[in-house]
Parts: sequence; structure tokens; C-alpha cells
Amino acid sequence: MIDLLTTHYNYIASILLFGIGLYVVMGSPNLVKKIIGMNIFQVGIFLFFVTTGYVDGGAPPVVGHGEETFVSPLPHVLILTAIVVGVSLTAVALALVIRIYDGYGSLDEDVIKEVQVDD
Amino acid sequence: MTDALVLLVVVPIAASLFPVALGGRFERIGWFVAAAMGLVHLGLSATVAAQVLESGVISYAVGGFEPPFGIELVADGVSAPLLVLVSLSTLGVLAYARRAGPHSNAFYSELALLTAGISGVFATADVFNLYVFLEITGLATYALVASGRSPRAALASLKYLFVGTIGASLYLLGVGYLYIMTGTLNMADLTGAVASVGYTSPAILTSFGLIVTGLLVKVAVFPLHTWQPGAYAESPDTVSAYISALVSTAAAYALVRIIYAVYTTKFLDEISLAGDALVALASVSIVVGAVLAVMQSDLKRMLAYSSVSQFGLVVAAIGLANETALVGAVVHLVGHAVMKGGLFLTVGVFATGLGVRTVEDFAGLAAKAPISSAAFAVLAFSMVGIPPAVGFVGKWNIVVGAVEAGAWSVAAVVVVSTLLTLAYFGRVIERMYFTAPEPEADAVSTDGGNDAVEVSFGMRAVVVVSAVAAVVLGVLGSDLITVIQPALEVYF
Repeated sequence: MIDLLTTHYNYIASILLFGIGLYVVMGSPNLVKKIIGMNIFQVGIFLFFVTTGYVDGGAPPVVGHGEETFVSPLPHVLILTAIVVGVSLTAVALALVIRIYDGYGSLDEDVIKEVQVDD
Repeated sequence: MTDALVLLVVVPIAASLFPVALGGRFERIGWFVAAAMGLVHLGLSATVAAQVLESGVISYAVGGFEPPFGIELVADGVSAPLLVLVSLSTLGVLAYARRAGPHSNAFYSELALLTAGISGVFATADVFNLYVFLEITGLATYALVASGRSPRAALASLKYLFVGTIGASLYLLGVGYLYIMTGTLNMADLTGAVASVGYTSPAILTSFGLIVTGLLVKVAVFPLHTWQPGAYAESPDTVSAYISALVSTAAAYALVRIIYAVYTTKFLDEISLAGDALVALASVSIVVGAVLAVMQSDLKRMLAYSSVSQFGLVVAAIGLANETALVGAVVHLVGHAVMKGGLFLTVGVFATGLGVRTVEDFAGLAAKAPISSAAFAVLAFSMVGIPPAVGFVGKWNIVVGAVEAGAWSVAAVVVVSTLLTLAYFGRVIERMYFTAPEPEADAVSTDGGNDAVEVSFGMRAVVVVSAVAAVVLGVLGSDLITVIQPALEVYF
């Protein structure tokens, strides 16, 4: 168990972030907090990818570093793309939150439900 | 000559810039840009389809990097008809939107972006690239759903965004597991790589679970459908029609590609739980979706739950790992797009012209709008699965496939679902044709019809064309199958 913690702490950290994010998205009634949760959730996945590319004692895959082993750059490149997707999603989500606040005067899901019933 | 394939994605992305960029100077430029994009897209997809008919499979290496290292785009007998379907749906929806709107330039930018995303999902042969296209599709859809001005639409869109993002992220995590185990992202390359790692490897099984769950969220199969009724019901009619026709279809196609091209039928044979779980989940979805549809009073919500049920059929056919059933699934994907898109537009015509939106309001509608009512009836009966319409061809093949595979329970569920489909469409059609309108309800609906828009010829024409297309596709069903079958045969 301790062995697993010391050798795989990076994976455990990303799974923790993953779980925390998912919990916030589902558990928090506040829409902005849900967006934050979604971001934490995604960061967990991003870090998972990034950490898989690491090779013990590997050098950065840049010409002229002259080492024998390099870390894998591909997961990092993929995650750059995924980060861009994540930023766009956050932007759209925040824009929607502004419209929801204009319409209902609240960001609390429970309050919004009450307003909807009153309509 | 395979450039047409990549242009199918590039042209809509480039076109999406113009409505916003030129919007300040020309107020109504959006529709014209989108229409031009739609026509070019149709030309390109027809070229791709012609090439596929001639040479079977065509592929394109993006940026000149040879696969498996670069991103590869592929068109075969399954994706080529679906790409043509994208072009035709885009043009149909644009003909409808000319009068019905939304008229903002941003709307047409988002529509072009969605066209790009869906074309990309159909064309790509790279699992990470698929994630990117799924997210482009998602982002454009969230924005389109919110283009209805009400705060309800924004809330439905945000809910869709949360659920959709979690689905796509699960897919991405699954791709991560696949990449760690195999070191490749190209679908054709993954086929052998996954087999050599071993189907029983825990990491491969995890990746399968994550990827399939992620895609099922996007397909909107019960119980992962929670985003879908709100998104379809709250968005403008034009948007409901377009996304119901194509967005879930794209995700379902991705599911077919991933399960059969990456994991293959050998995986499904070895891990029988995988196929069984899919079939079980889908069967529940078929029945629950239909029962929920029967319970709805709002027509758009009813059509939305109907999609949950119909996509259950498609997923069940995918899980059966039987060739006939899989052909049926693809035919039903095409058919469902035509039928459901057409139905949403017909409901839009009724709502715009007569201000009716609920099943109650539909009483005596046939006398007031005979042509649209006839189109609705044809599309509804096609969805039930009455020959010769396309709904029958898809369902028939799925049932025959289920019987071939010895899955009698699926065959029974499909028959039950047909009856339930008849139940929810039957009560609407019965009201339209055989119930006299209540005078008070009539007065309310004319007051409620505060949309000053008149139903245009284009709007009616699209509705009629989709009804005719549903029947013609059914008659030509065997020709469609001869195009699709060779591309699916290779998986078995």
C-alpha cells in the first residue's frame, strides 16, 4: 500500500482531482461552483495524460539535448489541445451563467427551480 | 483527389468566420454565407460519395504526415452517405431558417461550426481527433441551444454543457488508457495493437468502459439522457431539428466506429459482458424512452423522448455484434435523422402558423393545415415502422439481426417499442384528424400566436420534402444497404 503511494502518487493525485471535480459538479447547487468543479475534473484528466508521458531520467525531447532517453511529448501536445477545448467550454459556460443570472436573479439551482415553478 | 474529404471540415470552419466578421457591415449576410457553405458542402460530400462508390475506401493524411503518426481522415460506405446526409440536412434547415430564424449572424456562425464538427466526427480515423470534433460539435450545440432568448434555454444549455463535457472527458480518459497501452491513436493501427495487448487486460477493459460511457452520454441513452429533452424542447425549432437530426447520430456513428474498428467483434466475443451490458442498457432505454414520450404533453418534449427510445434501438443493434443488425442500425441512423428532423420542423410550422405546441392543441389541426398534417402523419408512421417508409427498413434489419443472433429478448423489445411508438404518435394523429377543435382552445391559440412570422413556402416545402424523403429512402432501402454493407462486412 505504502509502496503504491510512493510510486504512483501522481496517478492517485489525478484521480483525487477527478473525484473532487465530479463531486462539486454534482453536489454544489451554485452554478459557478459547478463550472469550477468541471474545470477541476478536466485538470485531473489533463494531469493524468501529462504524467503518463514522463519517463524516469528522461530528457526533454528537444534536439541538442543529446540524451539517450526522452520523455514522450505526444501526450503533452494532446493536452495542449484539450486545454484549449477546456478554456472554450469555460467561456461558453460563463456566458450562459450571465444570461441565467439576468433571467432568474440567482445562481442557486434550488432558487431557480422555485422561480421556474412560480412562472 | 481526396482533398474533398478534408475540405468537408475546412470549408464550414472557414465559413463560420464570415457571418460574425461581416455582420457589422451587412446585417443579413449570415444566411447567404451559410447557404453558400451548404451548397459547397453538398458538392464536396457528393464528390466523396462518388469516389467511395468507385474505389471503396478513401483516406487523406492531414498535413502530409503519413498515418499512423499523422491524423488520418477516412470515408467509406458508411460515412459517405452520412456526410451527404449532413449536407442535405444543413440545406433543409437553412431553407427553413430563411423565414423562421433565428436571424442573428452569430446563429449562422454556430451552425457552420456545428456542420464542421459533425463532418469531422464522420470523417476522422483518429481517436484523439474524434475527441476534438466531438467537442467542437458540443460547443456549437451548447451555443445553438442557448440561441433561444429565454433564460430556460440558457439553463437547458448549461445543463447540457455539464453533462456533455463530463461525457467527453470520460471519453478522453478512455483514450488515455488506450494510448498508454498501445502507443497509437490511429483507429486502423489500434485494431492490431489492442489485440496484441490482450482483450482481457484491465487497462483495455477500463478504456472500453470509459469510452463507451462517454459516447453513450452524447448519444443520450437512458439513464444518461437527462440533458436531452430540455435541450431539444427549449431551443428554437430550427435548432431542435438540426441537432436532433445530426448530433446524437454523430455520437452513435462514433460508437460504431470505436467498437467495431478499434475493439472489433473478437473483443465482443471474448468479453461477452460488454455486448450484453450494451444490449441490456439499450433495451431499458427503448422502453423507458417510449413510456416517457407517451406521458408528455409538450410535443417537442415528446419527440425528444422518442429519440431516447430510437437511439436505444441503434445501441442495442450495435451491442448485438451481428452484421444484419449493424446494417439496420446505420440505416436507422440515416432514417431517424430524416424523420426526426422533419418532425421537429413540422411541429415548428404548426407552432409558427397556428401557435400550437401541446398535444391538446393539436385537435382538428388537419382541417386547418392539411399539407403539414399529412407530412406529420407520414413521418410519424415512418417512425412507427410501417412499410415502405425508411423506419421499417431499419427496424426490420435490427429485428432480423436480433433473431439471427438468438437475442429473442431484443426482438421482443423492438416489437413492443413499435407499439409504444404507435401509442405516442397515434394519440397525436388521432387528435389531428378525428377530434373537433374546442372553440376556447382555438381562441387561446390565436392569442398565443404572437410570433408575427408567417409560414413561408420554404418552411412548408422542407417539411413535405422530408416526408417524401422518408418514403423514398424506404423504397430505395435495399440500394442504401448495398452501399453500407461492404463497409460493415470487413468488421465480421
